[in-house]
Amino acid sequence: MGALTELTIAEARDGLAKGTFSARELAEAHIRAVEAARPLNALITETPERAREMAEASDARRKRGDAGLMEGIPIAVKDLFCTAGVLATAGSHILDGFKPAYESTVTAQLWQAGAVMLGKANMDEFAMGSSNMTSYYGAAENPWRRQGGGDNRPLVPGGSSGGSAALVAARAALGAIGTDTGGSIRQPASFCGVVGLKPTYGRCSRWGIVAFASSLDQAGPMTRTVRDAAIMLRAMAGHDPGDSTSAPVDVPDYEAALTGDVRGLKIGIPKEYRVDGMPAEIEELWRRGMDWLEAAGAEAVEVSLPHTRYALPTYYIIAPAEASSNLARYDGVRYGLRVEGKTPEEMYETTRAEGFGAEVKRRVLIGTYVLSAGYYDAYYLKAQKVRSLIAQDFKDAFESVDLVLTPTAPSAAFPVGEKMDDPIAMYLNDVFTVPASLAGLPGISVPAGLSADGLPLGLQIIGRAFDEETVLRVADVLEKAAGFDARPQFIAGV
Amino acid sequence: MTTIQGKTGEWEVVIGLEIHAQVISAAKLFSGAPTDFGAEANTQVSFVDAAMPGMLPVINEFCVEQAVRTGLGLKAEINLYSVFDRKNYFYPDLPAGYQISQYQQPIVGKGTVYLDLPNGETRAVGITRLHLEQDAGKSLHDQHPDLTYVDLNRCGIALMEIVSEPDLRSAEEAGVYLRKLRSILRYLGTCDGNMEQGSLRCDANVSVRRPGEDYGTRSEIKNVNSIRFVQQAIEYEARRQIELREEGGTVAQETRLFDSRKGVTRLMRTKEEAHDYRYFPDPDLLPLILDKEWVEKIKAGLPELPDEKKARFMADYGLSAYDAGVLVAERETADYYEAVVGGGGGEDRRDPKLVANWVINELFGQLSKAGKSINDIPPERFAGLIDLVVEEKVSARSAKEVLTVMLVTGKDAARIVAEKGLEQVSDAGAIEAAVDRVLTDQADEVAAYKAGKEKLFGFLMGQVMRATQGKASPKLVNEVLRKKLGGK
Amino acid sequence: MALDKATVAHIAILARIKATDQELDHLVGELSKILAWVEQLGEVDTENVAPMTGVAGMKLPRRQDVVTERESVDTVLANAPASARGFFSVPKVLE
Repeated sequence: MGALTELTIAEARDGLAKGTFSARELAEAHIRAVEAARPLNALITETPERAREMAEASDARRKRGDAGLMEGIPIAVKDLFCTAGVLATAGSHILDGFKPAYESTVTAQLWQAGAVMLGKANMDEFAMGSSNMTSYYGAAENPWRRQGGGDNRPLVPGGSSGGSAALVAARAALGAIGTDTGGSIRQPASFCGVVGLKPTYGRCSRWGIVAFASSLDQAGPMTRTVRDAAIMLRAMAGHDPGDSTSAPVDVPDYEAALTGDVRGLKIGIPKEYRVDGMPAEIEELWRRGMDWLEAAGAEAVEVSLPHTRYALPTYYIIAPAEASSNLARYDGVRYGLRVEGKTPEEMYETTRAEGFGAEVKRRVLIGTYVLSAGYYDAYYLKAQKVRSLIAQDFKDAFESVDLVLTPTAPSAAFPVGEKMDDPIAMYLNDVFTVPASLAGLPGISVPAGLSADGLPLGLQIIGRAFDEETVLRVADVLEKAAGFDARPQFIAGV
Repeated sequence: MTTIQGKTGEWEVVIGLEIHAQVISAAKLFSGAPTDFGAEANTQVSFVDAAMPGMLPVINEFCVEQAVRTGLGLKAEINLYSVFDRKNYFYPDLPAGYQISQYQQPIVGKGTVYLDLPNGETRAVGITRLHLEQDAGKSLHDQHPDLTYVDLNRCGIALMEIVSEPDLRSAEEAGVYLRKLRSILRYLGTCDGNMEQGSLRCDANVSVRRPGEDYGTRSEIKNVNSIRFVQQAIEYEARRQIELREEGGTVAQETRLFDSRKGVTRLMRTKEEAHDYRYFPDPDLLPLILDKEWVEKIKAGLPELPDEKKARFMADYGLSAYDAGVLVAERETADYYEAVVGGGGGEDRRDPKLVANWVINELFGQLSKAGKSINDIPPERFAGLIDLVVEEKVSARSAKEVLTVMLVTGKDAARIVAEKGLEQVSDAGAIEAAVDRVLTDQADEVAAYKAGKEKLFGFLMGQVMRATQGKASPKLVNEVLRKKLGGK
Repeated sequence: MALDKATVAHIAILARIKATDQELDHLVGELSKILAWVEQLGEVDTENVAPMTGVAGMKLPRRQDVVTERESVDTVLANAPASARGFFSVPKVLE
């Protein structure tokens, strides 16, 4: 038997079903891997005891013959999800000591399906960041390092779901859940060489997920294969009457959609994504992606998404505006950090000054400003109008194509510590992922190649609303064609 | 026109009211927590109400229905498309740091409330809008020397904010408006109107102007918790503004608080300190879109409202506008009155004017003296008393006594009459004997009467009634007395 | 638009985030840069464009008027940094 930590979810599922190993054994292997992965700082809270209990319960269920979709599969949970009785930090100092008494809908569904929790993954504070460097708990590290003997500094795993991506890449978890607001699943997936899927807005419930930007936040799976993402999404998705924006649509068997047949599909290549200064190797990878899909029988078609260049500025008005309001509840009264003051005002101001990091403060202040009297129309309302145009661009494009293919990120992972003094340079990481977020569309990042210095690069497939099946089907073909089998330098599993 | 006399001339007061009315519902506006009043602190709180991280609002359909019902009762436009916004501000009893409210697109638009003024005039007061929002929790400032305590039980209960046009011209009119609005809300069953418990709260916008001038700068008086205080606050504030302006000062646009102990308003915050609420559509919710048919169904189910009921009481029962107005002010009273009249309004009904008279003048008076309500005396029981009066089995005077006993003992009228021996004496022989006795005892007065001092008839009449402990039929006494005195 | 220090100080008060003088100086530059960058939206013609009101294109779901949640006071207060006698407690509010 090979290392259990090297399995895919699909393989582990089969092994468990055959009784080749138990959920408890699988959990133990991953608990060890999680310990070994500590140098990556990818978890804020490890929950080995809970993992053991859950694994034993899973074995018992399997014995009784009622195994779920994710029965016995050990996963990591981004620390933005509330899990009952376990510290939830959102990567922030301001949630110090906060233990929710409730379970998020998505995690509840996963446990219901038999999954086993390894711990709470590190992330950018309140999911605001593309590097994991804004976490109060310190930066998580990417298990990959540049090759070729030059600059060998530690790299960021991307963000905000950086801890989740690093754990999956380093074989410390079979899968992980992340959240994506402007690229927070897809970009770290690209940086760490794993698969990351942001479903359609409304596909997975937001109930129990610490809110960043309510009209954009969406939970999704991070895995080592497209098939695993399909398995996990099925367990995560579904209508939740507790979330007014959760869509009352059925959840299909996504794995069944992986037919390998993409013949006749039209793949849109948006010309506006050929941004100035795009590294040649990324453009080249994109080119290869088109070729692979054409070789499989799909047809690449150039499309126009004319408002693409306005997506980032639109996002950086809407997301901070919503965040400024969503984060108003962190006031030192009902949970988390409190810095005492003589008046409530003083308590609020010092608690929030101490509790929020620099990036969160920046966004809360920007968001406050764009909503303030006299500026609402010029910023927020304008941005919501441009957002309509961006969504319309996609609608128009989907008249003539079935999917859109783009690079996931404009670069490979960069060293820890870089870009921290230049917010806009940091924001540009999400240039290719933000448009689909604004339009609420599903997008997946699939590892497709390596950069010149040996770092993973991803390609993104964007689909129609609630058509994750086609997205996964094409991603599966792309994955097989790319044959990505490179491994990070740091492997936690043994 | 109602004006106030200042030192330098006449002033007109302009008032608009903003009412916050708690919606009657079992659960809160956006959570499944209960809305019961008076529970132990923080026992009616869901994770949504406490704004725990990741909690989301889902709207209570019945609260929407209640708002629509209220809008229809105010003869207002129902907006089939409305939007929930976040109103952002920090306060310890506002857990999310924002209140879900409606700003630019409320659920109810313009409407009208009709007031019956004491001078007999009817005045239409414009309703600007009604919107749905969440109530905040309660801050208790008097429990600890250095701390404020926060109770979130009230947090998230549905509120209707009902804004009037600046159509009111005196404190008295403001009182009439508040009573009328409260009456409508109670008829509709959308708010219990209890100002002491805070389920109905009032902010008053007050300004003064010289007759014929444009509106003056207004101040807003916050959260006044009784109709009497609203009137006091307006009186005080109008006087303050008039004095200020007569002394050459200018009124500042500001928010003031009413101090009910001192009867004064004092500055709470200036315009410069005014909040910047940063309203924006709540991204956790979608626009609220109503079906026209659904609204029509609610409309069809509306109860008869005070104005219509009053008109009907005047037309069907021949009541005066005043009596009808008094009876319809509370739905309970109107229903009670109609139950006493009985007979389904047909031939068998009791004399509606007589019943109105007894209900308004005798029953209400005795109830309020006894600290009781109409719930303490079933309409059938009260009707039994009226029947005895009509059948002349008990005199009016005795009937009042019967009512007093009835309120204490809860016994039927006939039984009280029997037990107390209050049957009206209609036995001509007994009455004649009593009259004879009085005429003998009061020989001097009889002589004076016969000499032309006719006013003494009433005195003699009274003496006979007294001699019969008020049980004699006044009609018979009258007849016998006149006959014996010489048949005038 | 370039922000001045007074404006940034005002926003910080609105957002209830205490900022030192030095922090304000730094924020003036940073926030101004970000605002200048987002202002490129001014180039887009949005006349007759309706703002986005919902991503999912669905109807607002409604709940029945039924009491479904009532947490115990201990659960409600469990995470509170300060509480007394069943209440959350905060420094005295000066009215």
